[in-house]
Amino acid sequence: MVELVINGQKRKVTEATDDTPLLWVLRDEMGLTGTKFGCGIAMCGACTVHIDGQAVRSCSYPISAVEGDVTTIEGLGNPASLHAVQKAWIEGQVAQCGYCQSGQIMTAAALLDEIPDPTDMQIDQAMSGNLCRCGTYPRIRAAVHAAAKMMAEG
Amino acid sequence: MARYGQKKASTIGTIARRTFLIGSTAIAGGAAFGVWAYKTPYGNPLQAGLSEGEAALTPYVKIDQDGITIITPRAEMGQGIHTTLAALVAEELDVSLDAVRVEHGPASKAYFNDGITEEATPFAATDHSEQAERVRGAVKKLGKILGMQITGGSSSIPDGYIRMRSAGAAARAALIGAAANQWGVDPDTLRTEDGEVISQDGKRLAYTQLAVAAAEIKLPKEPELKPRSEWKILGKTQPRVDMVGKATGTAQFSIDVRFADMLYAAVKMGPYMLCPITGHDASEAERMPGVKKIVPLGDGVGVVATNTWNAMQAAKMIEIEFATPNYPMDTAGQKAAIAAAFDQDADGENRNDGNVDEALGDGDILEREYFAPYLAHATMEPMNAAVLLKDGRLDIWVGNQLPTQILVEAKKHLGIAAQNVHVHTTLMGGAFGRRAEMDYIIQALHIAKSVEGTPIKLTWTREDDMRHDAYRPMAMARFKAKVDGGKAAALDASYSAPSVLGSQMGRIGTSVPGPDATIVQSTWDQPYGIPNFRVRGYRPDTMLPIGSWRSVGASQNAFFQESMIDEMAHEARVDPYKFRMDMMTDEASKAVLSRVANMAKWGSSLPKNRARGIAFCLSFGVPTAEVVEIVQTENGIKIDKAWAAVDVGIALDPGNIEAQVQGGLNFGLAAAMTGEITVEGGAVVQGNFHDYDSIRMYQAPSIEVAILESGKKIRGIGEPGTPPAAPALANAIFALTGQRIRSLPFRNTVDFV
Repeated sequence: MVELVINGQKRKVTEATDDTPLLWVLRDEMGLTGTKFGCGIAMCGACTVHIDGQAVRSCSYPISAVEGDVTTIEGLGNPASLHAVQKAWIEGQVAQCGYCQSGQIMTAAALLDEIPDPTDMQIDQAMSGNLCRCGTYPRIRAAVHAAAKMMAEG
Repeated sequence: MARYGQKKASTIGTIARRTFLIGSTAIAGGAAFGVWAYKTPYGNPLQAGLSEGEAALTPYVKIDQDGITIITPRAEMGQGIHTTLAALVAEELDVSLDAVRVEHGPASKAYFNDGITEEATPFAATDHSEQAERVRGAVKKLGKILGMQITGGSSSIPDGYIRMRSAGAAARAALIGAAANQWGVDPDTLRTEDGEVISQDGKRLAYTQLAVAAAEIKLPKEPELKPRSEWKILGKTQPRVDMVGKATGTAQFSIDVRFADMLYAAVKMGPYMLCPITGHDASEAERMPGVKKIVPLGDGVGVVATNTWNAMQAAKMIEIEFATPNYPMDTAGQKAAIAAAFDQDADGENRNDGNVDEALGDGDILEREYFAPYLAHATMEPMNAAVLLKDGRLDIWVGNQLPTQILVEAKKHLGIAAQNVHVHTTLMGGAFGRRAEMDYIIQALHIAKSVEGTPIKLTWTREDDMRHDAYRPMAMARFKAKVDGGKAAALDASYSAPSVLGSQMGRIGTSVPGPDATIVQSTWDQPYGIPNFRVRGYRPDTMLPIGSWRSVGASQNAFFQESMIDEMAHEARVDPYKFRMDMMTDEASKAVLSRVANMAKWGSSLPKNRARGIAFCLSFGVPTAEVVEIVQTENGIKIDKAWAAVDVGIALDPGNIEAQVQGGLNFGLAAAMTGEITVEGGAVVQGNFHDYDSIRMYQAPSIEVAILESGKKIRGIGEPGTPPAAPALANAIFALTGQRIRSLPFRNTVDFV
C-alpha cells in the first residue's frame, strides 16, 4: 500500500492500484479536486502539482513513483491565506473559465521559486506546457511579473 | 401573493416589453407568468423550495436573514456572465457585488433567453428599420413560448440588460415599501444604500430584516431604472465573483462533484460518428480492478468502477461492434461533397445588389476558392456529468448551456417528469458551444439508472472528447470579383457548409424550417457598399455531427470573405485599410476600423521582416476590427502583436470585455494556425493535444483592445473577438511573404515559431 505526503499530511492510498496516476488519487480518493484532468498525456498542464517543489504533471505520474512531498493548489494557499501567485492572479483578474488556472498557478509558483525575477522569455519557456483555451496568456504573463514583484517586496 | 395574479390578464395585448418582464418576475406563481407566455403559464421556479423567513421578491433575487442571492440564469463558461448579470441586479438594488451570493439557479422555462434569436433574422444588425425591429420582436415572442433556457450567441447581456436591472429595481421598491409600512412613513421619503433602507431621520433597516415583509408588497408595474449617470457598479471593471475560487482550486466544475458513496464511470465509444453499437464483449473489462458494472448504451458501452482511472482503463478493454457510417469515409471525400453542393440549388440568397452577372460578364475577374476544415471545441474540461437517481428524484450536476433540454432528455430517456428533475448547472471549464450538446448527459443518465440509488460521475477521456464532438463544419467559399478604379465593383460570394442548425436542432428533436442562417453568417450583412454584391448559401448533407463553435458561421466566413476583400484590395492596388474604409456604410463600423488602424499605427513603415494584416467582421451585432503584426524569425513566423477595436453599444464591464476580446482573438489565432480535424477510414484522426494543439504562451501576441460605445444597442462580447483573427493573420502573412493562403490551418503552408 502506497503512502503519500500530500500538503504536509501523511495519506494512505486504499483504493487505487500502484500504477494509478497521482492525479486520480488526488481527485477521486483524497478529494483534492483543485488539480484538474485535461489530457492524460502531460500535454496540457491542467494537472500540475509540485513534488518536492518541482512542477510535475500528475496525470502521467504513477503513485508508486512518487518519492517526495506532494503539494497541490489547495496546499499552495487558500482563500483565507493566499500564496503570492494566487494574489497576483486575483488582482490581475486572470481567469476566464478557470479550469487550467490551478495548473498555471502551480507552474508559475515553481518557476518563481527557481527564478525570482523571470524575463518574458523565461516565463514563456516555463509556462508553455500549460494550455489555456480561453487565451488568458496576456494576463498570465502580467500576473507572473506581479507575483515576482510581490514576493521580492515580501 | 397570488391575489395580484388575476387582474393583469386583460392588459396582455398592450403590455410593453419591460412590463412583461416585471409582471413575470414580481409575482410568485401568479398570472403574471401567464402574461409573458400566455399560451403556456409557467410557475415561478423559485417558489418551491423557499423556507420560512425567506421571501421570493423576483426570480432573480432571493433575500433571507442570511443575505442576498442573485440568480444569474446563464451559464458561466469563462465569459464572466455571472459577474455582469449580478452587477446589473446589484446596481439597481443598491448592494455591493461582494455582499451577494451568485447562483445559476434551476432549469426553468421562466429563464428563457430572448436575445438568442436575433442573429437568425434576415436583417443585418446595422438595420434599425421599423420592419427589422418588428420581425426581431416577433422572433423574440417565439423564444418566450419555446421557453428555451440557453447560454450562447453572445446574447446573455442583450437578453439580461433590462430584465436583470428591472428585477433589482423591483426588489428595491418592495424593500422600501416594507420599510415604509414598518415606520409608518411615505416610501418617497426613504432612500437605500449598501443593502439598507434609510429614513430621513437616519433610521436604518437591512434588506435581510425586511425580506419577509417585502414579499407582501405590491411591486411597481414598471420600476424606474437609474440613469447611466448614476451608475456606481455598471460601466466600471468589477472583480469577477468566481475569481478567488478559480485561483485557489475551490471553484466547482461538474467534474469536481463528489459524494462519499459515488461510483465513477467511463465509456467506450466506436470510431464512427452517429453509428450505433451493434455488439460488445466486456469479459476482460469485467475482471479489471475496481469494476462494478458494464452498462450497454446506444452509442457506447459504459463502465462503472471505484475510481475514474479504473473505469477508463477497463473501458479501453471492451471490444465493440458497430454499424458503418454512410458519409464519405475520408476528408477528401467529404470535401468533395461540400464542393458538389455548389452545383445544387442554393439554400438561400441573402443579398443581391446591382447586377452581379452583368458586372462579372467581362473584364478581369478574380476567381477564388477557400476552404476550412472541421474543428473540435477542445474545452479544457473534458465532457462529464454527475447524476444521482434515487426514489424517483433525479439530480444532475453538469456544466451545460441548455438546462431546459436536460428536463426533456430525462423525461425521454428515464421517464422522469420535469418536477422531479433537479439540474445543477455548475461552472464550465470552457464550452464554446460544446456544452449545448446532450450526448454525454444522456449517457450519464443511463449509467445512473443502472446503479439507481448510487451517485455516479461519468468522465470522458480527452480522446473521447475530441473524437466525439459536434464540430465546426467543414466549409468552402467560392468568389468571383472585379475591381474598378481602385474600388470593389462586384463580388459574387457563394458559401457551402452543412447546416449547423439542422444538425444541432435535429439532435434535440427540433427542426428549423427555411435556409440556415449560419451558412452565410457574417457575410451578406457586412456593411460594405459594393455596387454589385450577391451572397448565396449552399447546404450539403450533414456528414460528421456539427454544432455551434464560438462565433459559429462567422468564424470561417470572416476568414473567407475578409481574405477575399484583401485580395481585391491588392488587385486594385489600394491599401487594404483604405479599400475597406472607402466602401463601409455604417458609422460604428468605420469607427472601429479607424480606431484599430490608429492603435496599430497602420501605414507606418516596418522593418523588412515584419508585416501587418487587417480584418473586419460584424458578428452578433458587434463591429470588430483587428490588426495582427507578425515577424519572420529563424524559427518561423511569430505573431508579435495584435490590436482589436469593438463597439458593444454600452460597455458594462470594460475589464471583462477586454479579457473576452483578447481571449476570442487568441481562440481565432489558435484555430487559424493549427486547428484541423481530419477523417480517415470514417473516423476522426486527431485525439489529443499532441495532434490537435492550441496556441501556447510563447506563440501568443500582446493584445491591445479599444472598446467603443457608439452602437445603437447593447451587445454581448463572448464571440465577436474570434472571427477577424484568422483573416487578419492571413492578410499579414500575405503582406510578409506574398503568399495568399486560402486553406485553413496555415501551418500546412507556413511554419510558426
